[in-house]
Amino acid sequence: MLEIKNLRVKVADEDAEILRGMDLKINPGEVHAIMGPNGSGKSTLAYVLAGKDDYEITAGEVLYNGANLLEMAPDERAAAGLFLAFQYPIEIPGVGTMTFLKTAMNAQRKARGDEELTTPDFMRRMKEVAQKLKISPDMLKRPLNVGFSGGEKKRNEILQMALLEPTLCVMDETDSGLDIDALRIVADGVNTLRAPDRSFLVITHYQRLLNHIVPDVVHVLSKGRIVKTGGKELALELEERGYADFVEEAA
Amino acid sequence: MADKGLIKTRAEDAFAGHFASLPADDPMRDIRADAFGAFAQKGLPHRRIEDWKYTDLRALMADAPAPAAPAAPEVAASAMTRADLFDGIERDRIVFVNGHFVPSLSETSGLGDAVEFASLGRFLADGGAILDRYDLADPANAPVLALNSAFVGDGAAIRIKEGAKLARPLEIVTLFAGDEPGLQTLRHQVAVEAGAEATILQTYAGPDGVAYQTNIVAEIRVAEGARLNWIKAQEEGDEAFHLGLILPRLEAGAVFDPFIFGAGSAVARSEIRMAFDGEDAISNIRGTTIARGSQHIDTTLVLDHAVPGGLSREFFKAAIDGEAKGVFQGKITVRQAAQKTDGQMMSQALLLSERAEFANKPELEIFADDVQCAHGATCGQIDEDMLFFLRSRGIDAKTAQQLLVQAFLAEAIEQIGDEAIIDVLEARTRRWLGVAEAA
Ligand SMILES: Nc1ncnc2c1ncn2[C@@H]1O[C@H](COP(=O)(O)OP(=O)(O)O)[C@@H](O)[C@H]1O
Ligand SMILES: [Mg+2]
Repeated sequence: MLEIKNLRVKVADEDAEILRGMDLKINPGEVHAIMGPNGSGKSTLAYVLAGKDDYEITAGEVLYNGANLLEMAPDERAAAGLFLAFQYPIEIPGVGTMTFLKTAMNAQRKARGDEELTTPDFMRRMKEVAQKLKISPDMLKRPLNVGFSGGEKKRNEILQMALLEPTLCVMDETDSGLDIDALRIVADGVNTLRAPDRSFLVITHYQRLLNHIVPDVVHVLSKGRIVKTGGKELALELEERGYADFVEEAA
Repeated sequence: MADKGLIKTRAEDAFAGHFASLPADDPMRDIRADAFGAFAQKGLPHRRIEDWKYTDLRALMADAPAPAAPAAPEVAASAMTRADLFDGIERDRIVFVNGHFVPSLSETSGLGDAVEFASLGRFLADGGAILDRYDLADPANAPVLALNSAFVGDGAAIRIKEGAKLARPLEIVTLFAGDEPGLQTLRHQVAVEAGAEATILQTYAGPDGVAYQTNIVAEIRVAEGARLNWIKAQEEGDEAFHLGLILPRLEAGAVFDPFIFGAGSAVARSEIRMAFDGEDAISNIRGTTIARGSQHIDTTLVLDHAVPGGLSREFFKAAIDGEAKGVFQGKITVRQAAQKTDGQMMSQALLLSERAEFANKPELEIFADDVQCAHGATCGQIDEDMLFFLRSRGIDAKTAQQLLVQAFLAEAIEQIGDEAIIDVLEARTRRWLGVAEAA
């Protein structure tokens, strides 16, 4: 599904590398977690996968279902099935949430050569998913993320993920800013999406989320490198011992 | 002569020639001669004149065409398809083609007894038109108003009677027809009497590829407790030169809400000089400018709060593409007597290309101490983070940009409050952006 080989990344106009030789392979249906201290490069990895152009790739490659992901435009990546749930979802005044959702769904369908959704079909689909995520119809009528609470923004990300039905979901600290109830709603939303042909890359700072979304593989990221890979118990170990040990091991 | 130099521009010479050719037996001759004299003394305003710093008419106006003759009936009728912006709205309509009232294209049946309408041409012909209410020695009035008084051929004299509430909007169409350049000069005199309410739409349209000129002055009086919505849609042809001046006077408790939609012309200046004469009057002034190619579109507002309790809101948005240039000048003066004035002005521009330009000049001049006034101005590019967010959801770059520009402009359009008019202007904006309309 996804294969990252020796990926090196820096910010376009600065010298310091943020990702310093990263390798990662995710098979279909797997859930991988990446944990790491603040500033270790987790969001950078997420953005590079989604195609944000603030970054410069200095080495390595990323294959997505065999295709060279780094050569694709952000919207092509999305149409090919990649989805990024943002750590900080953007507010877009003036663009209605529903207009946005419908435009996005139809853009992807068009790019894949599918028929566009009719408005009634779209509405039915959207209401169904929104209800599960406890997103009120009132929220959907507002401009995208404007005036949404932190938790509402994160649920809105999962709503988009559910509607767009990606094959690779990259979730960047979706748990941050969520109380325990919201965390459960989000986790349930994610768990119902788990499928043999859909993979997840769950980025988190805390182990807590992984009680609800149980990963197959856990990686520890430190200073732009994966310093340890293990099973789901690695997350618990991290929680107990803190990041310091791992960071030192790597040094 | 001293402040303008000795050399006249080609356009100034042309105006002088056209003025000399006006009929000698015109009963308005003396007033016109005074007005033209005021113009000739100063000439076209240029960048060293503060009010015209960003819109230098000496540089921008290459020539001045002769006053246009009335269009042949079939030419006028077929040109009407260009003035179809508000076709979806039930309305009455007063149509001027090439600067002359055309009754056969007009529709005034809905006005009933509530409105008195006469074409100004009638009063110009018998010498009874009043054109000299303004001091042409004031340099602010000299260029547009003086040329207007010198050349005006027609206009709408409209009286909306006390307490009347118009059931549907009244549209004033200013249309240029034919393929020869010409000058159309109109003066509207509109009185909305106490307690009356009306929406007046103004559509300006004409052919592309013809260097015609429009000079339009609207004198407006909104009387006590009256309410006037004034929607100006400037969609002139792509070589047109548009000079518009709106002169509203607001009496006590009057509400005047203009919207200026600037989309057409090669060069346009839409100016409002508003006087708050009566206490507690309110004006919400809004607009959107959309320009591309080498268009130059200027919106200038001058608000004079002379009495207490006035409230003014100015909210303007512009999206500038290509090598086009947008100008926003907004000046709010609060005189010493005008305590409790509340004035807020915001102008925001989005530059869609490297070579697009925008000049933003908000100004407050406050002589009273108990007032609330603020202004803000921004000029920037499309937010890259917003663009990336939309693209990360599969929306291509062009569509994402269209959505963002549309959303940006809609913030001003949606303040109009009238759904039908909002729909028209939003749809027009989407057409400008190249958005395909859903079937
Ligand atoms: N666009 C950027 N410009 C400058 N520095 C950046 C940018 N993005 C990330 N960085 C830097 O790269 C490092 C990793 O950041 P980030 O990927 O956000 O880490 P994390 O998500 O793990 O907290 C930090 O030192 C951060 O300051
Ligand atoms: Mg981060």
